Amino acid sequence: MSTINASQVQHIAKLAQIPITDNEAERLHDDFKKTLEVIDQLTELDTTNVEPTNQITGLENVCREDNVDQAHSFTQEEALQNASNTYQGYFVVPKILEK
Amino acid sequence: MKTNLAHLTLAQQLKALKNGELTLTELYSELTNSIEQKNPHLNIYLNLDREALSKANSVKFKPLAGLPIAVKDNFCTKDLYTTASSKILEKMRPPFNSTVVNKIQEAGGVVIGKTNLDAWAHGSSTETSDFGRTLNPRNPDYLPGGSSGGSAAAVAAELCSAAIGSETAGSIRQPAAWCGVVGLKPTYGRVSRYGVAAMASSTDSPGPMTKTVEDAAILLNYLAGCDPLDATTSPSAVPDYTQALNKSIKGLKIGVLYQDLKGLESIQPLFQKELSVFKELGAIVEPVAALDPHYAISVYTVIQRAEVSSNLARLDGVRYGLDRTHFGDEAKRRIMLGTYALSKGYADKYYLLAQKVRTLFTKDFAKLFNQFDVLISPTSPGFAKKVGSSEGAAMFGELEDMLLEPSSIAGLPGISVPCYQDPDTKLFLGMNIVASMLHEPLMITVADAYEKNSSWNSWRLSQSN
Repeated sequence: MSTINASQVQHIAKLAQIPITDNEAERLHDDFKKTLEVIDQLTELDTTNVEPTNQITGLENVCREDNVDQAHSFTQEEALQNASNTYQGYFVVPKILEK
Repeated sequence: MKTNLAHLTLAQQLKALKNGELTLTELYSELTNSIEQKNPHLNIYLNLDREALSKANSVKFKPLAGLPIAVKDNFCTKDLYTTASSKILEKMRPPFNSTVVNKIQEAGGVVIGKTNLDAWAHGSSTETSDFGRTLNPRNPDYLPGGSSGGSAAAVAAELCSAAIGSETAGSIRQPAAWCGVVGLKPTYGRVSRYGVAAMASSTDSPGPMTKTVEDAAILLNYLAGCDPLDATTSPSAVPDYTQALNKSIKGLKIGVLYQDLKGLESIQPLFQKELSVFKELGAIVEPVAALDPHYAISVYTVIQRAEVSSNLARLDGVRYGLDRTHFGDEAKRRIMLGTYALSKGYADKYYLLAQKVRTLFTKDFAKLFNQFDVLISPTSPGFAKKVGSSEGAAMFGELEDMLLEPSSIAGLPGISVPCYQDPDTKLFLGMNIVASMLHEPLMITVADAYEKNSSWNSWRLSQSN
């Protein structure tokens, strides 16, 4: 039986870069429990010697020529048109290093 | 003035345009009035293209003749807002079209508007949209299903000629069933995913949602095909799907799934009664045992959460959209569960095990398709649920989509057609018809034969074809 505690939920939130409050952690913890119960049913089946499905199409080595495809390239203006913060033609990203 | 032009099927509209019995101006003017009247209440369209009529007139000599197509709002449309029903993308205007939208436009279809969905397509109710729930046009006290609930409702309410949805595990077929329309989920890789907000990349499949099977076959002709921008698309030649219409099903073997499954008792008699339609047409109909679909829920839950956490990792608020604090509850739940299922120490326990059980499903289907041409079952365990039902229910969608998940994780094509309407609530049940990989024509033949010989299609009832 899989279990998970509230501090694990906070740790996962950090890994997923989703800030959550303690109240949210508590609620998510309940949802996790319900979902994990459903997932645990899988252990009832015999999967000895069963290969995992890595993909279902059966296609192999789908490649293309390594050429620049102008038809599917953005202009600088297009690339920036949905950014919330730009500076002289660049994206502005949040600072991650403290002084 | 002619009225009720929107009640014609896509095939009938094409014919009427060709014969000069209908003009695009008449059709669009009727639709615009109808949308103004119904949309504020039903909340089907999030955004409309006000230029649609002039765009339609400029493509009227192409095969789709300028007909209005409703597109789920997780398909990128150049310069037209594409939100995936999430506040994060509220102001996102893509600089490119998804392949599906390109193909519709090349064929002469016009994107009339973008339809509501569960935020990020995470759900089966269209109730988790950040822009409010969509109501079921058949009965507005009920949900339309989801996640392509807006597209299903747009067809049911006759606010478009046809619609486009996307399905990961039930998101085309379940809302089609709940709204009493036709929903076709193609084989995984038959229709390109390029430019669709990714949910679970290993099962996402765009497809048509229409009034009739014939309309779905017509649209699939334009949607299907290999796309260099989506490496999972099939290089197999695209057949003319309309050639699969009006064919005999005599001698075809139809396997009936999930006859003894618990939870279907209330709808099983209504569904079973419809099997006589196939028998009268000379098909061989037999019940058959399959792997319990409850296990597909577990497989799907793991794989989908895992792929969601990976796909939504790209949303950093830098290049487009708001930052990650703006995710809704459902997206947070799914991203975090996926992160957990893929984290060190748990990836084998959950993800690898789920992929092994997925293999068991693929093998089970291979065995079944040795015996049968198509497999059928109810689309959903019941009728549409009341407004508010999905709130606080962590596994709502997975349970409602239980009968569809096995075929989704195996990548198989399926189509849902209306197979009953409740005389009191006006709500529908759907029948799900599944074929083996790339055997859409067979599935279309069976669905078309059923539709034409049963009495549940709203558009065939009032107009003979």
